[in-house]
Amino acid sequence: MEFKFDWEKNASKIEKLKEIIEEKKQKKGPLMPVLNQAQKLFGYLPIEVQRIISEGLNIPLAEIYGVATFYSQFSLIPKGKYTIGVCLGTACYVKGAQDIIDRIKDELDLEVGGTTKDRKFSLEATRCIGACGLAPVMTVNEDVYGKLNADEVPGIIKKY
Amino acid sequence: MELYRSHVLICRGTGCTSSKSDDMEVKLNELIKEKELDKEVKVVRTGCFGLCEAGPIIVVYPEGAFYSHVKLEDIDEIVEEHLLKGRIVDRLLYKGEEEEKIKSVNEVTFYKKQKRVALKNCGVIDPEDINEYIAYDGYMALGKVLTEMEPKDVINVIKDSGLRGRGGGGFPSGLKWDFTSKAEGDQKYVLCNADEGDPGAFMDRSILEGDPHAVVEAMAIAGYAVGANQGYVYIRAEYPIAVERLQLAIDHAREKGLLGENIFGTDFNFDMEIRLGAGAFVCGEETALIASIEGERGMPRNKPPFPANSGLWQKPTLINNVETYANVNQIILNGADWFKDIGTEKSPGTKVFALGGKINNTGLVEIPMGTPLKEVIYEIGGGIPNGKKFKAVQTGGPSGGCIPADLIDTPITYDSLTEIGSMMGSGGMIVMDEETCMVDIARFFLDFTVEESCGKCPPCRIGTKRMLEILERITSGNGEAEDIDKLERLAENIKSSALCGLGQTAPNPVLSTLKYFRDEYEAHVNEKTCPAGTCKDLVSYSIDPEACKGCTLCAKACPVDAISGERKEAHVIDQDKCIKCGACEEKCPFGAIINK
Repeated sequence: MEFKFDWEKNASKIEKLKEIIEEKKQKKGPLMPVLNQAQKLFGYLPIEVQRIISEGLNIPLAEIYGVATFYSQFSLIPKGKYTIGVCLGTACYVKGAQDIIDRIKDELDLEVGGTTKDRKFSLEATRCIGACGLAPVMTVNEDVYGKLNADEVPGIIKKY
Repeated sequence: MELYRSHVLICRGTGCTSSKSDDMEVKLNELIKEKELDKEVKVVRTGCFGLCEAGPIIVVYPEGAFYSHVKLEDIDEIVEEHLLKGRIVDRLLYKGEEEEKIKSVNEVTFYKKQKRVALKNCGVIDPEDINEYIAYDGYMALGKVLTEMEPKDVINVIKDSGLRGRGGGGFPSGLKWDFTSKAEGDQKYVLCNADEGDPGAFMDRSILEGDPHAVVEAMAIAGYAVGANQGYVYIRAEYPIAVERLQLAIDHAREKGLLGENIFGTDFNFDMEIRLGAGAFVCGEETALIASIEGERGMPRNKPPFPANSGLWQKPTLINNVETYANVNQIILNGADWFKDIGTEKSPGTKVFALGGKINNTGLVEIPMGTPLKEVIYEIGGGIPNGKKFKAVQTGGPSGGCIPADLIDTPITYDSLTEIGSMMGSGGMIVMDEETCMVDIARFFLDFTVEESCGKCPPCRIGTKRMLEILERITSGNGEAEDIDKLERLAENIKSSALCGLGQTAPNPVLSTLKYFRDEYEAHVNEKTCPAGTCKDLVSYSIDPEACKGCTLCAKACPVDAISGERKEAHVIDQDKCIKCGACEEKCPFGAIINK
């Protein structure tokens, strides 16, 4: 899928990014904090954004691309409106998290790491979110659903 | 200071907050205000109580009434009955194993065997209120260190205490402090590793959520001891509540002059800031963590030089994990001998574990070192649910191993766990029952390592991938006779040649399961069966015609209509249609579904 970066729509966000760059530049090791904020701001890190960071921090674009692609929380493509996360920590896994993932894949015709065509849902297999007492757990944006079984999945998806 | 007749402690750890304890807190405060009890009753938001299984948890003092599995709609009753009329709400009290109603938090078996040092304040104080921390002897250790002790005395106390790194490696902390203090450099740094990435582990997060000042204070003490004036906490971005509370703690400490310049009127300056990770497991390795703070890809580098000599920006750097720091203040206040009295000779003190998997009491426990695994699983953990049989316990996450039932009397110390092919690790403890396939678990961990390998060294980048391919072959029923030997050979080679700790320990889950559960591997390869019934490709379901009563429940449960048969007559499963979901087995009241 192709996404085009809309300079006009993102004008105010770019201003904000430049402020962040100026602020973080004062401290040592500014790249990670800037990328974290940029990911939050835009929801992803398109090459246009990376270029602005490169110029602002005076770090080669290649290096920034290297860092942006290393960490799993940085994404080069936009995510869906709702991100479904299924915890694949060990505690959830032994309690059947794989069945939950399989069911979501079936329901939404979606692969792990992918986004639905209408850009409504993204599916991620997350690392332990620490709610092991509720295993197996899935999250939809900020909402947490625990002690699940696969049959509850369609009902949860319908809520969104 | 205002006095309250009653304190309502509500757990706002991640587990309970996920079950809406945030809304409950709001409602509690609203109702208390509405009933004009707000001068008499105080709601205290605390960190994790530990017994996550029973969450959300509310404890009301002075009675110590331990309410468990509280729902939003129960709040009315707690306020109306307990807080207004003074009648404990029996219905919501935590029930022990014998279903007796436990009145007070002190009576819960789960807590009786525990000893809380690192978790001392978790679930006791409001982590967002520095005054509560101070009231519980907070910042007294820092005061003592700055006004009464020389840096070398501090290091000696930590050395004498025998404290070992709680992040998993178990390196003596005092030695690290000593090396960093002796290293030459105009600038030194103190780092806290809060990049807790083991799947199924949440000890450090709970400490940061429940008692963030303990880490701030200990890092300042470490700064004084090694001669550093700047600290960094590297924490996973997946832990938003912990990040928020730690930032508040740093801000409040700064306001009170406990961070910044001339702390306690001395000439010691120390400040710290938070750096967020971005989802890379390997950043828990110290040199990778340092690279990440510097703004690079989080890849480990060769040691030596060790961070103590050349760490962050090539300066001498002390790096400890959260739980290690959480022990420091207590050691300074109570002395090295007090600490050595807890635990065993070579592993003094306590260890926090995140207990999870197939166990009744999932949650956070802190036990003296040397406690047998059995006690943790059966006495604190309450055993295995649904009458299933215990099979293995996994410690050390992707770097550790699976410990079988006949070694369950092993005492928990760094050395005894390593001896039996696992390791202490950071504290994940996952219990598995007879329905967990050990080959599949090994595959699960390898899948994790392959995903998280940074790709710098070939043994880890290529070797673990080959191991995973073999394991996938075995679990899908295509295993070949020589696969098990190949796995073993690869594992040994990776262990001896990978660059960092992550790579060197990546084969452990395979090696330990091969050692203790070799028969399961052989069953997968030779007989193409999965004894635990987990590996879908190797399982087939059939109905025992003798046991089947023809109740039709299975046919109704089957999502693909693969089961047919007349009422009151034995049913059959159409193997071509069956998707092996196991729904029939769950529904059958007569145990007539055979799964093998």
